[in-house]
Amino acid sequence: MGIERHLNDTVHVTNLEWFVNWARKSSMWPLGFGLACCALEMIATVVSRYDMSRFGMEVFRPSPRQADLMIVSGTASKKMIPAIRRIYEQMAEPRWVIAMGACACTGGIYKNYAVVQGIDRHLPVDVYIPGCPPRPEALLDGIFQLHAKVMKEQSIKNPRSFPIKAAT
Amino acid sequence: MDQESIKDRLVSKFGDEVVQSAVLFRDQMAVTVPKDLILDVCRFLKEDPELSFDFLSFVGGVDWYPKEPRFEVVYQLYSITYGHRFRIKTKVEMAEDGRGHIDSVVPIWPTANWHERETSEMFGITFLNHPDPRKLLLPDTWNVYPLRKDFPLEGTEEDTPDLPRATHAAPDQPSE
Ligand code: SF4
Repeated sequence: MGIERHLNDTVHVTNLEWFVNWARKSSMWPLGFGLACCALEMIATVVSRYDMSRFGMEVFRPSPRQADLMIVSGTASKKMIPAIRRIYEQMAEPRWVIAMGACACTGGIYKNYAVVQGIDRHLPVDVYIPGCPPRPEALLDGIFQLHAKVMKEQSIKNPRSFPIKAAT
Repeated sequence: MDQESIKDRLVSKFGDEVVQSAVLFRDQMAVTVPKDLILDVCRFLKEDPELSFDFLSFVGGVDWYPKEPRFEVVYQLYSITYGHRFRIKTKVEMAEDGRGHIDSVVPIWPTANWHERETSEMFGITFLNHPDPRKLLLPDTWNVYPLRKDFPLEGTEEDTPDLPRATHAAPDQPSE
């Protein structure tokens, strides 16, 4: 039955760092955090046609305390930034950020006074996904890129920590 | 009631001076009335049994820079009782303090509340006797009027910062 069949009653050796990374990437819980039209594609990624739960991410958490990944999906207005930063600060480490869509990456079509010109002005972004909006496949691809990145992390020797910059 | 008759009824109540200009465009009349009369005109339009404009669809502003008077406030009215529409405009000049001033119509149509708050923050027009004169959409710390013609679209670091300046963000911290 299942995985036990392959273990053959013996001792297995693995690299602890690899194991931690593998556990992290295989159950990365995203935060339900939609800001604009891109959020609809993020929602479409979860429903059965694309089914993000195949990759251990079916639970979109309503609370930042339980989430590992913030998918900034959409246009971040300047008035929203204090709230976004606070939510990011409330997430437990290690935490990752995906900037989804042209707006989150660069401000997109909104080159104006009210929109933040790229969420990376405030958050440490791990993966950028271009598109307006990116299709669910693109979001999944971005998540795979993030998984690959997590697998390369030195989670024991050099754990990641990205405290947010204080407001200036 | 058609647009001309609505205008005539307005004139029969307030006299000829109330209509500064009347433009008929695609069967819709836009009547410009004097600013001082706006409250009386609106109350009449709502309470007159034959007009009965019981629904205020929208209040917005226009910046006619560099014309004088600079601003215009537009009221779109609808009568649920009779199904007719009407449009009232009024010109508002920029006062010494860099803002326009006009009476609020919230006492007549409570729905004007948020519309006037938005017009106020976007154009810098003060609605006198407004019950809740806060900003609606913009961050509270901004002192600019983004929908004015002379406002730079992209804003500036000083006027429209991403985050409130530290002095605003932490008033309890000692400043150096
Ligand atoms: S990138 Fe396009 S689809 Fe996504 S939030 Fe911006 S405008 Fe909407």
